[in-house]
Amino acid sequence: MPSDPRRKAPRPGFVLDVDKSTPPILFHHGEQFRLEKLPADRSRVIYPAEPLPGLQDPDEAIREALLNPINEDPLPALLWAGMKLTIAFDDLSLPLPSMRRPDIRQRIIEQVLDMAAAAAVDDVHLIAALALHRRMTEAELRHALGDRIYDAFAPQQTLYNHDAEDPDGMVELGLTRHDEQVTMNRRAAESDLLIYVNLNIVSMDGGWKSTATGLSDYKGVRHHHNVATMQNSKSFMDRHSSELHHSNWRQGEVIKAHGPRIFQIETTINNNTFGYDGPLSVLQKREWEWSARDRATFIGMKNGLDVMPSAARRKIFQAWQAPYELTSVQAGEVESVHQQTLENVFTQHIVPVEGQTDVLTFGLPYICPYNVNSVMNPILVMCLGLGYFFNLYRGRPLVREGGVVIMSHPTPWEFHPVHHPSYIDFFEQVLGDTTDPIEIEKRYEEQFAYDEWYIHLYRNSYAYHGVHPFYMWYWGAHALQWLGRVIVVGGDPRSVRRLGFQPASTMQDALEMAGDVVGPDPSITHFHNPPILMADVT
Amino acid sequence: MSRLAKQLSLPPLPRALSPIRRYRALGFPYRAPSTPRGAAPAPKTIHSGADYDASWARKYPARLARAAIVDGPMRLAVTGLAAPDRRGQDRLASLQGPAIFAANHHSHLDTPLLLTSIPEPWRHQILVGAAADYFFGTRLTSALSSLVIGAIPIERSRVSRRSADQAADLVAQGWSLLLFPEGGRSPDGWGQPFRGGAAYLAQKSGKPVVPIHIEGTGRILRKGKSLPRPSAASVTFGRPLRPSQDENTVRFAARIEAEVSALADEASSDWYRARIRAHAGATPQLTGPSTGAWRRAWALGDRSRRARRRTRRWPNL
Repeated sequence: MPSDPRRKAPRPGFVLDVDKSTPPILFHHGEQFRLEKLPADRSRVIYPAEPLPGLQDPDEAIREALLNPINEDPLPALLWAGMKLTIAFDDLSLPLPSMRRPDIRQRIIEQVLDMAAAAAVDDVHLIAALALHRRMTEAELRHALGDRIYDAFAPQQTLYNHDAEDPDGMVELGLTRHDEQVTMNRRAAESDLLIYVNLNIVSMDGGWKSTATGLSDYKGVRHHHNVATMQNSKSFMDRHSSELHHSNWRQGEVIKAHGPRIFQIETTINNNTFGYDGPLSVLQKREWEWSARDRATFIGMKNGLDVMPSAARRKIFQAWQAPYELTSVQAGEVESVHQQTLENVFTQHIVPVEGQTDVLTFGLPYICPYNVNSVMNPILVMCLGLGYFFNLYRGRPLVREGGVVIMSHPTPWEFHPVHHPSYIDFFEQVLGDTTDPIEIEKRYEEQFAYDEWYIHLYRNSYAYHGVHPFYMWYWGAHALQWLGRVIVVGGDPRSVRRLGFQPASTMQDALEMAGDVVGPDPSITHFHNPPILMADVT
Repeated sequence: MSRLAKQLSLPPLPRALSPIRRYRALGFPYRAPSTPRGAAPAPKTIHSGADYDASWARKYPARLARAAIVDGPMRLAVTGLAAPDRRGQDRLASLQGPAIFAANHHSHLDTPLLLTSIPEPWRHQILVGAAADYFFGTRLTSALSSLVIGAIPIERSRVSRRSADQAADLVAQGWSLLLFPEGGRSPDGWGQPFRGGAAYLAQKSGKPVVPIHIEGTGRILRKGKSLPRPSAASVTFGRPLRPSQDENTVRFAARIEAEVSALADEASSDWYRARIRAHAGATPQLTGPSTGAWRRAWALGDRSRRARRRTRRWPNL
């Protein structure tokens, strides 16, 4: 993964004040794109930083991290013949989109296993720490871990997906000081050493959340995946202001006291989502810097996508593998490691922004953590916009309280029947009744969480857990509480209304509708994401 | 007058119109000059053997033709004969610039198999070290070897560093090299001890060696056979190796051989078991057991992980 020599001095992210000379701004629109002219003199655009240079020798950096961990003994000193070793790793929700081979998890786990082989460790299990996400397929595991690891462990059934509904496969470690249950995968909990291999694409990931959530079940997760926690996480991308993380950290205390010894390995990647060259590289450039070739590529791509059937468009985009580069790797004790990881994530993502805005606009892309190789259904549109994008702030939200969010996405009434069966019922039944997260949690959550059929599909098919769509809705609970109105541009009006939002045909219409809530001539901020940025709002 | 012309009663061709006669009538500079008696004859251009000049095959038109051959008929033939299972290409993800690819050698199919397996950007800027006494025996085989596989002659029957130095110059110019350090195809299915050529080149040029293990091509076209028989083959790429500062050519060559042995173990079992044996110094030798011929042949049967199975037309009831 050598860094591109042309990118030695990447420019930081910045805020552009829109004037009459500003060209139309790129909005992602699912598997399509829009170019929107924002009103001059009252609009601004927040651009992400350019990709930081990747590590020149990632394999050597990984080796160095394993041999010189933070507040922990070197990994070889923790390995011995006859021990029980478990390696857990982040599932397919990271990174987004999937990265080109070799995946960082493969690079790390191969080195970990090589050290385990040197110590003649025979009892090794590898577990995809997917909590209540869907199981990874063979192809997805092969992509994340490589063929060598897959072929060495999967046939012996020592490489597998975590199963949070296995009655014999979970163990309860205790209660936190807030009476939160802490549960963990039995094999991981009973190991002499648990090595967790993490991939931080945003600051929400990693730390105790890796083990306390990734290897847990509904009983453990429900203590922080709920409306009250999400409404008090301001934001959940800022660990120190996030109730979600506080709860996970409390569970971490229990794991530290009663669980296995943990050796945490965390990594960060750069913003090289669409590459420096190639057809999608234009998406990573600032509009006024598009060359004639970029413009021609964009026009061709946009016109082609506009006439293509949605299934073909989805296939093309889901096949894209990002040329991400590793920017840091740190290993050792969980909290010390995570502190350093956060600093490295923020170096790439943070963009200082002064003041809030009346209207915040997003162009939502084709992918979120829960539709890899799948369909971006309306609930995931809500989760991506009001959950992830809205919460990508530190300090205070980008939009003022009572302000308006305008999102651009086609929002089709479409679901993946294998991956998202409970989403279909949630959309039809629950959202048809109410969109209030508190009501939804109170009246419907347990019904879905304990539904036998959803549990069967989660364990034996490739379905997200029955309770998962609820969490998607809770993810946006802070935004729903904060905002005066949510408008979706270019979305299917039926789906948008079912979500409780307002549809608009054009950005101009949406801005006029926003004016009804925030007054005439509102200030507008466009969040130019992806590649990922995080606003540090003062 | 030709016999055909006589049979057809055609009039004889005028002498002035015969192209051969017209060519013969032309003098210097259209024809080669004669050497004056008082001058020493010019040195003869050598068209075969270790001194063959294959530089023409490294020029753009020849490279283009070779790329078309490799990605066209050669790939089709390899797929049809070997249906190769290619592994470990991801180990080259951090490799930049030219490299020396060193593989074990079972068959004439090894070179086409590797030329179609080595990933870009090395695939189309690679030369193959080929035995001067075999591939460059005549003018025709020399030209064909140079054009089709990008062969350069390597002296193997005499102790000489000339061809190695020539190869090192090519590596310095940005060419990658594919070498078979065993010096020839396996006579019995087991490997042979690695010679020091690849290690010497790596030390001289400062470029890494990529160890490669090939399995199965011996079943397709082993030494001594002229007709191939389709079977399954696999290619496993290893991590690029660089000589350490205190490592001489002999020790580095031994390390390359050990790495190929570990890849062979990986191909015949699984990666993690192979790593445990490698760390314990218990990797099976590529050269096989030091026993009698029949026991070596007997032991060979255990090594292949998969053999091509014919698809059953009917279920096995």
